[in-house]
Amino acid sequence: MEVFKTLIVILLSSVLVNNYVLSRFLGICPFLGVSKKLNQAVGMGVSVTAVMLLATAVTWPIQYFVLDRFGLGYMQTIVFILIIAALVQMVEILLKKFSPSLHKGLGVYLPLITTNCAVLGVAINNITDGFNFVESIVSSLGCGLGFLLAMVLFSGIRSRIDESEVPRPFRGVAITLIAASFISLAFMGFAGIVDKLFA
Amino acid sequence: MKNNGNLSIFANGILKENPVLVLILGTCPTLATTTNVFGAFGMGIAALLVLVCSNFLISLLRKVIPNNVRIPCYIVIIAGFVTVVEMLVKAFLPALYELLGVYLALIVVNCIILGRAEMFASKNTVGKSVLDGLGMGIGFTLALCAMATIREVFGAASFAGIAIPFLADYKIEFLVKAPGGMVVYGLLIALVYVLTSGKAPQKKKFACTGCPGAEFCKPEACTMEKEEA
Repeated sequence: MEVFKTLIVILLSSVLVNNYVLSRFLGICPFLGVSKKLNQAVGMGVSVTAVMLLATAVTWPIQYFVLDRFGLGYMQTIVFILIIAALVQMVEILLKKFSPSLHKGLGVYLPLITTNCAVLGVAINNITDGFNFVESIVSSLGCGLGFLLAMVLFSGIRSRIDESEVPRPFRGVAITLIAASFISLAFMGFAGIVDKLFA
Repeated sequence: MKNNGNLSIFANGILKENPVLVLILGTCPTLATTTNVFGAFGMGIAALLVLVCSNFLISLLRKVIPNNVRIPCYIVIIAGFVTVVEMLVKAFLPALYELLGVYLALIVVNCIILGRAEMFASKNTVGKSVLDGLGMGIGFTLALCAMATIREVFGAASFAGIAIPFLADYKIEFLVKAPGGMVVYGLLIALVYVLTSGKAPQKKKFACTGCPGAEFCKPEACTMEKEEA
């Protein structure tokens, strides 16, 4: 039971409390760029979640069985970014070959993910937080879902912004950032929810 | 004439094409590390070092790197310099290392660096690329420091960790929290627009034009329609 409790706490806190986009500012670029339409937001969110899970599943063993064993901890950044870039490329090739329809839906978002700091951020954070393998996977799932949630919520707001009359200097990025800040403010309300849950 | 050209490359990054406030690149570190001036300045300098070094090496190798695999090559070069900077900061400024945490490693995926490699260093001579890197890096640092000053002075009533006593009762704590960062950033972008009276090159498709991925990702992914002129 204890194990499940830990896992649920990790999952909930990474979806709601420490939401990657809204409280840690990782993955802001796609959050601002690809959130204009609901289907784009969902596509991007799902792709990011999948790549995060894959990246963690690969980087975690590499960190503990290769880098740490041979005292190469300082190579972490280079190795992780290369792994992520290669993974993204591989996923794209595989999707193209085996599921063209899925590739059509998600393929366009994949290249963008290589340079998404959220993916590298999750991989590194899982190591710094000292999670074991299962915890790391759960935390990546949580971060991915949190990203998806933020994207979907925000795409709704974006479509409202598009219809409204915005003062000239604020048009574009400025008003988008300010709108994002309100969602972030709303998510601050989740702080403490996880600690209280099992208290 | 030649001098003039070089000077404008350098000055472009600081004002007209400020990476943070005009090109809207590198939003993640901008929002995350500007809760205090010390962290923002450290982040800016770290990025500046990586930017100058990577611009130098990439422009030196621009004829050697095959076109098809250039992005992975750039990433490896940048990751190498980031590791060097990371080790230096860890050794000599452990306080800064603590403060920046994961964001120091995340310089690797900072759009500014890969963006300048792709947009500038891969097409220009070594000298110009270094100047461009310097200008962009200083522009990044200045913008970060400006934002951090606003957030820290009014949000935490201190400047680079030194308390400002007469503001202590009027702290707007919202500013040092996550949403406050976004509001300040949004307001600064609008302010720069007003100051340049709309003459600064507006991003046509924001968050994607400067994104290094934009080059090899299909346009559908970045279907932000053009903002009306």
